[in-house]
Amino acid sequence: MTLLSLDMLLLIEKLVLIVIIVFASLGIALYTTFAERKVAAILQDRPGPERAGPFGLFQPLADGLKLIMKEEIIPNSSNKALFILGPGLAMTAALMTCAVIPWGSTVHLFGREIDLQIADINIGILYVFGVVSLGVYGIMIGGWASNNKFSLMAALRGASQAISYELAMGIALIALLMTTNTLSLKEIVDQQMKPGHLWNIAYQPLGFLLFFICAMAECNRTPFDLPEAENELNFGYHQEYSSMKLGFYLFSEYINMIMSSAIMASLYFGGYDIPFFDEKVLPQNIAALVGVGALLIKIVIFIFIFMWIRWTIPRFRYDQLMNLGWKSLIPLALANMVATGAWILYFG
Amino acid sequence: MSTTEILFFFLSALALFSASMVLISKNPVHSVLWLVVTFFAISGHYILLNAQFLAIVNIIVYAGAIMVLFLFVIMLMNLNQQNEPQKNFWMKLTGVISGGCFMMVLVSLVRQTLDMQSKVAMTTSGDIGLIKNLGKVLFSDYVVPFEITSVLFLSAMIGAIVIGKKD
Repeated sequence: MTLLSLDMLLLIEKLVLIVIIVFASLGIALYTTFAERKVAAILQDRPGPERAGPFGLFQPLADGLKLIMKEEIIPNSSNKALFILGPGLAMTAALMTCAVIPWGSTVHLFGREIDLQIADINIGILYVFGVVSLGVYGIMIGGWASNNKFSLMAALRGASQAISYELAMGIALIALLMTTNTLSLKEIVDQQMKPGHLWNIAYQPLGFLLFFICAMAECNRTPFDLPEAENELNFGYHQEYSSMKLGFYLFSEYINMIMSSAIMASLYFGGYDIPFFDEKVLPQNIAALVGVGALLIKIVIFIFIFMWIRWTIPRFRYDQLMNLGWKSLIPLALANMVATGAWILYFG
Repeated sequence: MSTTEILFFFLSALALFSASMVLISKNPVHSVLWLVVTFFAISGHYILLNAQFLAIVNIIVYAGAIMVLFLFVIMLMNLNQQNEPQKNFWMKLTGVISGGCFMMVLVSLVRQTLDMQSKVAMTTSGDIGLIKNLGKVLFSDYVVPFEITSVLFLSAMIGAIVIGKKD
């Protein structure tokens, strides 16, 4: 089947994959909100949501329904088109990252080899950077279009924070790319799966630490949640938002968290690799499914660490945030890069 | 029409439309956002030319960093129609004349390329734009210009810090 010289079967295969991954991310994000409340409850020694369904499992559905049912308010003084565009952009940028993440190896289905990755482009990790840098627009447009000075302040904080931490993140990543010699996420994962090759965390421990801190800042998670510091800025850049538009902003934060966990797992923790186990002894399809499970478990662990930190550490002050980014993380990342280069030159 | 042609015409139309919207929009913030759309359309063209690295760097640097800073400045200046400075008639006239001259130069350039219509670009391979080949070319054949450019960037950075420093 070809139309317009396109392989239609490939198109259908990719479309199905996109739909599955997008809905799975939304579903996981839904339950991440629930997990957040449960983890917070455990850390603060209280029961947490437990009324809706067994163990409170239907709580996210109730929350979602509540958000949809709320009255939709668009302030009169706002810029209407941009006010609506803001949350949409935030959500789109959050979901676009999933295109280059390798969710598993290949499965053999209906006589076709299906890659469990939407697009294996050779600039994979740069694509992620491009999308992440676009995520700022959702916050900035939303904050500005609300026509509220607290929202604008929060948007400016969010944008400057994102730009500052993107730098350190990029430099930390360059050190990793120097050891892997490729930008494709799939190839990076495959390298780590080779026997005799450890996960990249063993070669780049400092790089991972820097990347993790920056990822936390990019997701606007506490202790980096200055854009939504409620006791200084009322509520932050989404103060004027109500109903599902607010839901989109809150939701995109959780999706960002999932995507950055998936990227960290792929870059530094072997992606869909199962530790201390050779996947080749299993049949192909089962190995692929187990691999997806392994990646999901790694993602869940990362999300738990995100939450653990959020409910343990208080928020930074703004000057502390900027000092950490520019005066600690960037010099450390540069030193890490130079050390990696020297190592490759003399021992590689 | 092949898929590439459809994509080419779509991206070209998008680029031209958003570029003219940059000029037409009354609201400066809208102009900035249309400019971001223009950068995306141009990146799409780069991908059609198989220059993936250039495409993504265009998005990261221009759409992701420079335009965000533009947006910053314009949002903080809070420009609107009421306090926009009205230029007088002669200013507008000189603007139209100089713009028209520039347009003429561009049109004459396009006319000169008529004899190149049937020629095909000679490239040794289609993957020159991929990051590996680009890096090899940059660090072997063009290493001196590359290093000089980086010194230029460094001096610009230091200059910005000196200007921005409180004294």
